[in-house]
Amino acid sequence: MGRTLFDKIWDAHRVAESPGGAALIAIDRIFLHERTGAAALKSMAAAGRPVHDPARVFAVMDHIVDTRLGRGDQTLMPGGQAFITETREAALAAGITLFDVTDRDQGIVHVISPEQGIVLPGVTLVAPDSHTCTQGAFGALAWGIGSSEAEHAMATGVLRLARPGTMRVTFAGPLQPGVTAKDMALALISRHGAGGGAGHVVEFAGEAVRALDMEGRMTLCNMATEFAAMAGIVAPDAATFAYLAGRPYAPARFDEPYWADLISDPGARFDREIEIDASALAPMVSWGTSPEQAIPIDARVPQGTPRVHEYIGLEAGQPIAGTPIDAAFIGSCTNSRLSDLRRAAALLKGKRIAPSVRKALVVPGSMAVKRAAEAEGLDQIFTAAGFEWRNSGCSLCFYAGGEGFEPGSRTISSTNRNFEGRQGPGIRTHIASPEVVAASALAGAIADPRKVVTS
Amino acid sequence: MKPVSTITSPGVPLLIDNIDTDTIIPSREMRSTGRTGLADGLFAPWRYSDADKRIADPAFVLNQRDASGTRLLLGGSNFGCGSSREHAVWALAEFGIEAIIAPSFAPIFKNNCIRNGLLPVELPEDVVRELQWAMVTIDLANQTVSASGKTWRFAIDDEAKAMLLEGLDAIDLTLKHRATIAGWTDADRAARPWVYLEKRA
Repeated sequence: MGRTLFDKIWDAHRVAESPGGAALIAIDRIFLHERTGAAALKSMAAAGRPVHDPARVFAVMDHIVDTRLGRGDQTLMPGGQAFITETREAALAAGITLFDVTDRDQGIVHVISPEQGIVLPGVTLVAPDSHTCTQGAFGALAWGIGSSEAEHAMATGVLRLARPGTMRVTFAGPLQPGVTAKDMALALISRHGAGGGAGHVVEFAGEAVRALDMEGRMTLCNMATEFAAMAGIVAPDAATFAYLAGRPYAPARFDEPYWADLISDPGARFDREIEIDASALAPMVSWGTSPEQAIPIDARVPQGTPRVHEYIGLEAGQPIAGTPIDAAFIGSCTNSRLSDLRRAAALLKGKRIAPSVRKALVVPGSMAVKRAAEAEGLDQIFTAAGFEWRNSGCSLCFYAGGEGFEPGSRTISSTNRNFEGRQGPGIRTHIASPEVVAASALAGAIADPRKVVTS
Repeated sequence: MKPVSTITSPGVPLLIDNIDTDTIIPSREMRSTGRTGLADGLFAPWRYSDADKRIADPAFVLNQRDASGTRLLLGGSNFGCGSSREHAVWALAEFGIEAIIAPSFAPIFKNNCIRNGLLPVELPEDVVRELQWAMVTIDLANQTVSASGKTWRFAIDDEAKAMLLEGLDAIDLTLKHRATIAGWTDADRAARPWVYLEKRA
């Protein structure tokens, strides 16, 4: 019987099986970030446990760094600076590689890892960040873990894991214009639930997935954790190898037999299969407080629990389009890459956002994305339209204290989580593609980007 | 890690699906780089009518008199979804929660529980409902939950069970395989040299 892509990576990393059923799985790449990096490294130092292979451990500054231009270690988050300085000290002491606040290559972990060629097809990669699954776009087995597991991986080079189930989600047919990877992810989660992928590694397949560029694949895999999947993965192909070849930490050529075999065999059986007609998808937007509460942009708000309707301030039966918004955010590990910014800028070019939108931010996923966007003049389009143009970081994907949206704001956001309070106490978040964010910012209300007339 | 054996406590219900770790401990409540000082921020968005001033919301279940000193929380499905922050488990444990019973848990959260000696028990939703405010006893060795004269059996994987029962440290356990790991790594370095990196200046 054929093996799935997941099976092949799992088998290639299985160091030992324990009698209890868990396997020791070798970990090829580890990332830390400043929110938890200091605690993990200091805890290891206190226990007298050195980092097993420091050359394969990286730390980034992304979660709570200031994104205003001219930034340093100071952050708007009360007490935030200590997370940065302590992580820096601990990273230097441990001998791991640090992408620091003012480094040329600073950025969100899941944006800079591919940019640097640190994630590679067929590797295992972990980080104490749930959106580590983003990096499965490169055919890596990449997943989020807690701090204790990060220490475990750093100290031993392996993790103890029960073998997850396998699921294939096939997006058949092509996407219609204006419909994106974000909409694919939200459609999947809205149909099969925020817990729908629990216990599984999800391989994304089908014509619409193959047609996605690497950045779109990252957006799709990013949301696997919102589906409760351990990881999302896309089989590497020519686009994958072309993206990575020659990047700083990547091989110059991908000519090992291991890489050529990173596909699910034709006869491979998955524990679960889901098929979605990609050609029937529309731009999606969330209406509630879980990513599963998402609907096509031309649909009406369905009936939820009283709690959800009270928080979000929308009634069942009303159209989601036309809901007034107060703020707009383009950024996060989901949608902050160059192609995301290009598509949003194409809608905004020569226009102004509605005066009722009091805060509008673009936060590029990395300083490299920022430079590339500026080289194309995208920053000028965004600022002329009324968006602020920032340095890279996780920014207002979540509220850490410090900078926030105005109390009571309803936001349209290219992020991944519309949880109660995620972007601040009482903030009502609607997640969607960068196109929907741009169109909504122009209209001052949730709007369909397919109806925007571009110049 | 403190071993887990039996836990007896009233089952305090928070029967909402998809309770996320941002709600369990908001980012803004993670104020120090350590693992402590978090209990005060547990469920801050729901527990306080004014989180900054720490004014308790009497309607929230953990503020009710019957919930005081509880060791057991009952939750909805996909409990602990969202951010991987282990602070959610540290906050629950520091508050005094020793077990959570829910129809399902988000995977990263569940693993974080096991690594910190907090017992995650999965039982069907109708059973969880039946346990509300009952005096519940969880017997990990026998994998049973009992209340009001009834007993239910729950599943847990063998390794997680052993680690919780014996209070084992996962890293210590794995380091016993140090020689096996070293041998595997040497062979892998020959087979997949591209995986291994040199430290850069």
